Amino acid sequence: MTDAKVRLKPDTTSETNTASDRIAPSDRSVRLQPDEHRTRLLHEMIRIRRFEEKCAELYSAGKIRGFLHLYIGEEAVAVGSMQALSPQDAIVATYREHGHALARGISMNALMAEMYGKHEGCSRGRGGSMHVFDAKTRFYGGNAIVGGGLPLAVGLALADALQHRPHVTACYFGDGAVAEGEFHESLNLAALWKLPVLFLCENNLYAMGTHIERAQSQTDLKAKAQSYLIAAETVDGMDVMAVEVATRRATERIRRGEGPMFIEFRTYRFRAHSMFDAELYRDKSEVEVWKARDPIATFSATLTSGGQASDVLVSAIEDTVTEEVAEAVAFAEAGTWEPVEDLLHDVYTPAREAHTAPAVEVK
Amino acid sequence: MPSLGADMEAGTLVKWLKRPGDTVRRGDIIAVVDTDKGAIEIEVFEDGAIDTLQIEVGQKVPVGTVLAVIRGALSGNSASAAPPTPPAPAAREPQPARLLVSPAARKLAADRGIDLAAVRGTGPQGAITHEDVERAAGATGQAAAPAPVRGGADRASAMRAAIGAAMARSKREIPHYYLSSTIDMNATLAWLRAENERRPMPDRLLPVVLLIKAVATALHEVPELNGYWTSGALQQSPAVHVGCAISLRGGGLIAPAIHDADRKDLSTLMRDLRDLTGRARAGTLRSSELADSTITVTNLGDRGVDATFGIIYPPQVALVGFGRIAERPWVAAGRIEARSLLTATLSADHRASDGHRGGLLLDAIGRRLQTPETL
Amino acid sequence: MITTTYREAIRAAIREALTKDARVFLMGEDVGRYGGAYGVSKGLLAEFGPDRIRDTPLSESTFVGAGIGAALGGMRPIVEVMTVNFSLLALDQIVNNAATIRHMSGGQFSIPLVIRMATGAGRQLAAQHAHSLEGWYAHVPGIRVVAPATLDDARGMLWTALEDPDPVLIFEHQTLYNMEGQLANNAQAVDLDRAAVRRPGKDVSLITYGGTLGKTLQAAETLAGEGIDAEVIDLRTLRPLDMPTIAASVKKTRRAVIVDEGWRSGSLSAEISARLVEQHFYDLDAPIARVCSAEVPIPYPKHLEDAAIPQPPAIIAAARETMGRRG
Repeated sequence: MTDAKVRLKPDTTSETNTASDRIAPSDRSVRLQPDEHRTRLLHEMIRIRRFEEKCAELYSAGKIRGFLHLYIGEEAVAVGSMQALSPQDAIVATYREHGHALARGISMNALMAEMYGKHEGCSRGRGGSMHVFDAKTRFYGGNAIVGGGLPLAVGLALADALQHRPHVTACYFGDGAVAEGEFHESLNLAALWKLPVLFLCENNLYAMGTHIERAQSQTDLKAKAQSYLIAAETVDGMDVMAVEVATRRATERIRRGEGPMFIEFRTYRFRAHSMFDAELYRDKSEVEVWKARDPIATFSATLTSGGQASDVLVSAIEDTVTEEVAEAVAFAEAGTWEPVEDLLHDVYTPAREAHTAPAVEVK
Repeated sequence: MPSLGADMEAGTLVKWLKRPGDTVRRGDIIAVVDTDKGAIEIEVFEDGAIDTLQIEVGQKVPVGTVLAVIRGALSGNSASAAPPTPPAPAAREPQPARLLVSPAARKLAADRGIDLAAVRGTGPQGAITHEDVERAAGATGQAAAPAPVRGGADRASAMRAAIGAAMARSKREIPHYYLSSTIDMNATLAWLRAENERRPMPDRLLPVVLLIKAVATALHEVPELNGYWTSGALQQSPAVHVGCAISLRGGGLIAPAIHDADRKDLSTLMRDLRDLTGRARAGTLRSSELADSTITVTNLGDRGVDATFGIIYPPQVALVGFGRIAERPWVAAGRIEARSLLTATLSADHRASDGHRGGLLLDAIGRRLQTPETL
Repeated sequence: MITTTYREAIRAAIREALTKDARVFLMGEDVGRYGGAYGVSKGLLAEFGPDRIRDTPLSESTFVGAGIGAALGGMRPIVEVMTVNFSLLALDQIVNNAATIRHMSGGQFSIPLVIRMATGAGRQLAAQHAHSLEGWYAHVPGIRVVAPATLDDARGMLWTALEDPDPVLIFEHQTLYNMEGQLANNAQAVDLDRAAVRRPGKDVSLITYGGTLGKTLQAAETLAGEGIDAEVIDLRTLRPLDMPTIAASVKKTRRAVIVDEGWRSGSLSAEISARLVEQHFYDLDAPIARVCSAEVPIPYPKHLEDAAIPQPPAIIAAARETMGRRG
């Protein structure tokens, strides 16, 4: 190949809606061959990884405060699963949701500004790392109460069902949430009412510092879903292609009206639970074993050895991402602080936004 | 209730500082009384022991009302050698009960000038309520009178009214005559400069102290300008207590006395003046300081005025005013030269003195200022 | 005018909402076949079908959370929680999601949700079915809390609540469901912003809401016989409080008695009292009095339950006290 200088220019003109059932993961695309889709998956995972590495650095520098939970190691889950979702589908995520937000297509600029608490952030700075919201992409948070998002997902799916819309609500949560009552209540209700909810369990083995063996009597999490008569499977969460394939299968099934579906992704976070965590609860050797299965390194190796992407292409992706991250930091730095006089904004909906029922007449 | 000024008709007892049985000495502060001009400490003028307190806290009584009875130390059953026996607790007067007034009633009373001490309370625990005050206002027709209130704009307006009443009375009753005289201050200022140079900073003198001292000693030469006009006759005062007009920060004016100003040295006068000014502004003047002045000095020089023609504060018979000390052309020995000059004025009661005597006073003041070292 | 009950008035309001707006549906435990624990939704399942009258499993957190999600998804859910005590199982969803999502999302998402629940004591339901915890909810910014105490409000508050873009919690005192009275044939939606003067008077303001309004009006009548002319204020909305109406009354009477079936400590009555002292101190002629529930879980026996919650004699005594009268 002669493309030693592959151009990886941000493509701002094209919507990159190559797949009708997939939304653009970002406004940047990679012009490449021979396997555009796979290379894009790699690009998306690298975007998340580098973004979060920069966040850790900015946290240490005091630019980002509050709790910061990094997704590093789990990127394949968000990137793979998002491929199966349409722009009309709804997302409910957790407080470890930077990866989901980026993979869903929330701009890195808006996300970084939110990390800073700037007014230009996707939640106008009011939410921070744990509360990413975006109406355009139907991204309903960023929920920092473990299990708190599951009932919301059930309700969003109920709204779609009642309005006869063929949408899926994808609900991400961790293995910790499986111990919460809301998990059981929500799976039961979604199954009972055959609602189009896709329950996506990111089992990274630890609820904060508590290993699943120390928290669950039944560690086969799909068995819990099956007990509610929900179709369930367990998937390797370190393999982005496997994640995508399984999620497509699930969404197709849900769209056929077969009720909710549960997927457990076996994955692992390489970094601490949050920034202030001495990791007393696990051995470094365990982390090393999982790092050998790094979703980015393994997928990248697969692509290059399979001749689908050259090393040059990978380094071009890295260059593009470096540039995008730098631009996001500059955007956040240049952002503005919301005036303190606006403190009480967004507690109640201003009267002018109040909608006058009924918008929908009963037939 | 001592009269603390010509404009004082009544006072409200705010606090007793002594109880029956307590020994008191001349000069002790025994109570605090609220007046239109602020809270005033009441001092006693004899030694003895408190026998009874006649007035309860919160009561407003006219000037002249007996506040307390003091048993003389050398009379009665307690000898001066033995400390007074404190009365048995059973014999002690009950502590005056706190006057309970609801917030709404207190505000209404202040607005309408109602004396709460005279209102009977019908609210919870006998507290005075809004309605009680309304009833009292209806009964006494007091609605328009300014009330003795504490602090803020209410206090300022009450003081304004009190000053107005006293000055109107003065202009109505006292046939004023006015004199003015220009005094060469070069000698005074030169001496003062030298004197202050050898004094530590806190002890340095202001020119006004020399003016006060000059007025006080000049009165020895013209005693009919020092005293009171009462019951149609002049009552000369053997002591010279100079009232010093002090403007208050919130507006208004008060003229407490420096006692025996003619007999005090300059350092003492300076200290007394500082102390009076501070306490006048803090509202902690003593009753004698408000009531005892035999003449008033008002100095508006630091406000830049050339001459001050004041109104006499009854029952006094004279007021000396000073303007600013400024360099002006002055003819001496046929030559024009720049000298520091001061205009001194006298407002005097024609019933008590004539212009001739008044002129003598201004002259005596001017002479004294030429030999400041003798002051 | 028609003769109706509080229960029927609420049912008529739900029926009207279901008829007028296809986005409205009712969801909760036993709201369908059973007809509602208090019989409010009786007959609605047959009329509107199981899509719109939805029986839920006993899972308060999830069906309340699903109400929030459905509101986010464009619906106008009415979620019924059987009693305020059970709502504590859904406290996470109400406080952590319903009240915060508009804020956390920087104003991108509103939650047009109505949650109805029964509250209060008086029917010997003991300590897990009879508390008055609406004051807790009134503590939380992001939600609106209302308490209909009359037939007109039972009939009219729901539609206004559904039109509100933010979550509204409606507290129905369980002793009111059987209350019978006259209601206009064409009873309309009512505002949720203003407190109401239920009885004008000039001597003392009796401030209350919900289940204690009737007792307070009764106390006012007795006081009238003693020459004390009491004004009775029905708060109607507990958050946000209509301070102008409360203040106008207290400015006139200069005395306030707050009657609140919640416990005294940290209560809504404490909040009202504090605001009156903060903002209207110089209008007061007497210490503010409060008549609240005794600091005890609601007991089962009738005589103890009666003793635990505000009753007319205590209201009368408190009002007399503010007037400086004994006994």
